[in-house]
Amino acid sequence: MKRVTPMVIMGAATFYFLVPIWWLFVAASKTRSEFTSTTPLWFADFALIDNLKELFAYRDGVFLRWMLNSVVYTGGAALLGTILAAMCGYALAKYRFRGREAIFDIVLGGVLVPATALALPLFLIFSQFEATNTFWSVFLPSLVNPFGVYLARIYATASVPDELLEASRLDGSGEIRTFFTISSRLMFPALVTIFLFHFVAVWNNFLLPLIMLGEERLFPVTLGLYTWNTQVNQLPELRMLVLTGALVSIVPLVIAFLLLQRFWRNGLGSGAIK
Amino acid sequence: MKAPKKALLFFILPFGLLFTAFYLAPILYAIKQSLCRVERTGTFGPAVEVFGGLTQYQRVFADGPFWESIGRVLLFGVVQVPVMLGLALFLALLLDSGLVKGRRFFRLAFFVPYAVPGVVAAIMWGFLYSPSLSPFDAVTGNVDLLSADVVLWSMANVVTWVYVGYNMLIIYSSLLAIPQEVYEAARIDGAGAVRTAWAIKIPLVMPAIVLTTVFSIIGTLQLLAEPQVFRTFSSAVTSTYTPNLTVYSTSSIPNFNLAAAFSVVLALATCLLSFAFLKVTQRGGDK
Repeated sequence: MKRVTPMVIMGAATFYFLVPIWWLFVAASKTRSEFTSTTPLWFADFALIDNLKELFAYRDGVFLRWMLNSVVYTGGAALLGTILAAMCGYALAKYRFRGREAIFDIVLGGVLVPATALALPLFLIFSQFEATNTFWSVFLPSLVNPFGVYLARIYATASVPDELLEASRLDGSGEIRTFFTISSRLMFPALVTIFLFHFVAVWNNFLLPLIMLGEERLFPVTLGLYTWNTQVNQLPELRMLVLTGALVSIVPLVIAFLLLQRFWRNGLGSGAIK
Repeated sequence: MKAPKKALLFFILPFGLLFTAFYLAPILYAIKQSLCRVERTGTFGPAVEVFGGLTQYQRVFADGPFWESIGRVLLFGVVQVPVMLGLALFLALLLDSGLVKGRRFFRLAFFVPYAVPGVVAAIMWGFLYSPSLSPFDAVTGNVDLLSADVVLWSMANVVTWVYVGYNMLIIYSSLLAIPQEVYEAARIDGAGAVRTAWAIKIPLVMPAIVLTTVFSIIGTLQLLAEPQVFRTFSSAVTSTYTPNLTVYSTSSIPNFNLAAAFSVVLALATCLLSFAFLKVTQRGGDK
């Protein structure tokens, strides 16, 4: 009996978390008339493939373009951003130099600054260089991840022993080479965590592209779906595209989570424990 | 360890430059903008930006809707953050209690909503709340989830849905990091699962709870994507519904100086609140 109550609670929670996604999958598989006329949580005619075809063909495949944009903005920014944050956090952890604590404090202060507070001034700065409405205006600010520096520092302190660095120094390896060949391997689980956090943050970022971008072809998928959704009242055919697009837009992240499970399962807590 | 200067520069400079350009510079620029105002010579003369002292801040403090929106997100946070983190803590403790089978599955299932971007989650729930489309019509038929009285809590549900699993995972990983020996004494004393959770586990994962709370406070004050999307579903969500919507709509007027002042006040409020929370919890921990 004792096991029943916890399992019931877990079941109810699973229902809460997964039913909306199930609903989205079912909705994206329906035709427009079935969407409003059939029961919401079960299939009618399975029209998912047709909906996908329509989605990818709509306005010369602008949706596919948005997906690609999101992958490039997000994948690129998270990958580069993680490497930069790791290098900085590593240096702050392993080397003594003047101003180390000051730098760390400033970066840590950056964690508390809400990213949305930066979007408007960033727009004003970029417009001085007439660089708004460009790929770079969204990509470059997305590279900076102060929380990643914080995590990298904690993790480098814990997982890269000083003796190892001294030994590789005696072997004649330069500091930079040591970092890329030895230290970064020891930090790898933390780096995957930083990467995932960063990936999600950029993938979800909405205000910055909303403010920066005017040209549809540069939109990330979130902004694209948002603009379609605002037009649903004038163009009812967009509704099925919004639903199908919403489903497609969450697939890459779900796949990334599944593939990298082994890492985030254990790495996520590393920032909080110490 | 000491490091050669060259290597240090190589490690720190790239991040440092980007941080300066895209974090520090915008903050300083926003402060500068907020201290300016636009002046026109004559009715149709060219607009010139001049130093305006605290003019913009006077307008911010006199702006009723802005403070209303601050009050709204504070109310939202006071209710939503404890509910979300309470649920996350409860589920994490259940997962860790040994009473549950299929832990890997549950962990993943609860985490999946985190993969849904805020905008997409809001669009999805917006449909789910619409009376004619909702599959939960039988349960919620009597309540209009998009009406002025309820829509704030409907959005709270969207945020909760996305972030419970994420917060649960942070708390759960720090539960996993507790060494088993810690439980020995409790087992010998015959403490049950509930007592162990309350007396041992929760105090030990407090740092994780504090961290998730700070992030949640920051997130709440920044609320933007959800209300922005809900404007298409509900007329109750105005263009000044949350502080960030005010910033956005002020900047699209465009009145950049006033919008910058809103931004600065909001960022300061966020920093102060999260800092105050950190201080209070640290003092509690010293006892």
